[in-house]
Amino acid sequence: MSAPILELRDVKTHFPLQRGLIFRRDAGTVKAVDGVSLTIQRGEVLGLVGESGCGKSTLARTILQLLPTTAGTVFLGGRNLTAAGAEEVRAARRELQMIFQDPYASLNPRMTVFDTLAEPLRVHGVCPAEEIPARVHRLMERVGLAPRFLRKYPHEFSGGQRQRIAIARALALEPRIVVADEPVSALDVSIQAQILNLLASLCREMDLTLIFIAHDLSVVKHISDRVAVMYLGRIVELGTATEVIERPQHPYTKALVSAIPVPDPDVERTRQRLVLPGDPPSPINPPSGCAFHPRCAHAVERCREAVPPLVPAGPAREAACIRLGEL
Amino acid sequence: MPLLEVTDLRTSFHTRTGVTRAVDGVSFSLERGETLGIVGESGSGKSVTCYSILGLIPQPPGRIEGGSAVFAGTDLLRCRPEEARALRGKRIAMIFQDPMTSLNPYLRIGDQLIEPLLIHERLPREEARRRGLAMLEAVGINDAARRLDLYPHEFSGGMRQRVMIAMALITKPELLIADEPTTALDVTVQAQILELIRRMQRELGMAVIFITHDLGVVSGLCDRVQVMYAGRIVETADTRTLFHAPRHPYTRALQRSIPALQAKGATLYTIPGLPPDLSRPVPGCAFAPRCEHATDACRAERPALQALAPGHLHACPRAHASEL
Repeated sequence: MSAPILELRDVKTHFPLQRGLIFRRDAGTVKAVDGVSLTIQRGEVLGLVGESGCGKSTLARTILQLLPTTAGTVFLGGRNLTAAGAEEVRAARRELQMIFQDPYASLNPRMTVFDTLAEPLRVHGVCPAEEIPARVHRLMERVGLAPRFLRKYPHEFSGGQRQRIAIARALALEPRIVVADEPVSALDVSIQAQILNLLASLCREMDLTLIFIAHDLSVVKHISDRVAVMYLGRIVELGTATEVIERPQHPYTKALVSAIPVPDPDVERTRQRLVLPGDPPSPINPPSGCAFHPRCAHAVERCREAVPPLVPAGPAREAACIRLGEL
Repeated sequence: MPLLEVTDLRTSFHTRTGVTRAVDGVSFSLERGETLGIVGESGSGKSVTCYSILGLIPQPPGRIEGGSAVFAGTDLLRCRPEEARALRGKRIAMIFQDPMTSLNPYLRIGDQLIEPLLIHERLPREEARRRGLAMLEAVGINDAARRLDLYPHEFSGGMRQRVMIAMALITKPELLIADEPTTALDVTVQAQILELIRRMQRELGMAVIFITHDLGVVSGLCDRVQVMYAGRIVETADTRTLFHAPRHPYTRALQRSIPALQAKGATLYTIPGLPPDLSRPVPGCAFAPRCEHATDACRAERPALQALAPGHLHACPRAHASEL
């Protein structure tokens, strides 16, 4: 196997919490990402799933170095981004772009589509100024927008069209990796399918590596080669998309899969649902040992004692549960 | 007699750019204890239908152009405002999509929760607080006595939605209208909330109108489903029939778009085109421009809902003539 395009080694992103307006004092740490190791191959689509607050968006921002890393290293094609200077990180962002969830908030309402798409080209000086219009045209066509929209402002577009603009902006610098943070969650089902098809075809044609963050497992299964399931700052299960979602091994993944409503009334009425009790615990004060144990139906005394490591759980498959063999 | 009978409801919005016909001739009825799912994309008129029934449409720019909505003998669209107020919040309750913006951030949970009891049942505060506490426990909030005195920001999204449900159900309504109550929540929390709505419905025997764009949610919860497109109902049937034998091309297209039902890695099916601009008159079938089966007749004349079997209605003349 060739060298991975992106490698995370024991990455931690913590946020210090402070109390008090005048006399600031430390009130603990939010361990949003707490020891994530992951390798991603060129051209791969990795799905990242988990509930709100599990750290998936923080992990995305850490990969892009939009947030400082507390510990661990992020390697992009062999270059250590966590040790790189500001200038080097900025250069690396040409290869590493992001698409955000809310296409209503991620586009500047006072910039036309043309300005939005031309800005990254100007900032990074990738081509002479006279070539910019032609490149912007090509980008528009690539994401399925008519060039006559170039002088329009974001408010004149629907949610799906705005997401296409955001995708075009991410592609402007011809990045090698795109991180998409819930890119279809805010869209209607029929529009979701259009955007997913667009992302899938871009990956194929541009040899893109995609990190696809979502909470909708059926969407993730469809687009991803591999899936990583996160719970409270750690990866608890990792494997090929079909394996993880059709044959989950970690009790948390099982619950997550079971929570998806099935669009078939006969199945839905007869199937056994595993309804997880309670909310995810707070990352300020995580439970001891396996962070999932307070909600897990299979938890035993040993689960409270130590954080379970990711261990092989079949071919190309890892899970972090000490009772894997027994369940 | 049905609990709620809506006939030819028409609601439009009058703006500077023209008149948008958001709901354009919607009729349906709901029996006591029944769960009706209303499915459609953004702008299909599913929320506006329910807001019109409850008198929550801001007028202007909104205007109820016609029709009636009879709830237990009272036409909600024509009755005196105080009559509507006596029903709303007592016999008809509503929960909304975003529990953060539908709770008052300045009021303690307890005070908001018992407000319907103080207004509609004129209970003494102490008594109302006791009922509020019991209700909070019934929706699965631990340590309810202490939490009555907390503010909304101290609750998580799922807990706030539980509070909303407790508040809606505290007067034991006969009809609950739920407008995408789980869309903003995680799947695991969504499963909890759906389970809660199912249980409360069994216990109180109330009817539920569940508005959603997620066909998956509908399949396990609703007895009957109606599909809306461009302000009109295009198909209505019991849930099994709608999923296993949908007749209207739009219902079929919607079902085909669900990623879970499609082969992995294949190009996902998408409906070509966009929903029509409702500020312009739509002469024929509103779905015709996007429908692969449309003929000139479809574009010329607006199709009526016709019964295929008892309880199964759809508005596609070609499907009716067994041409599809």
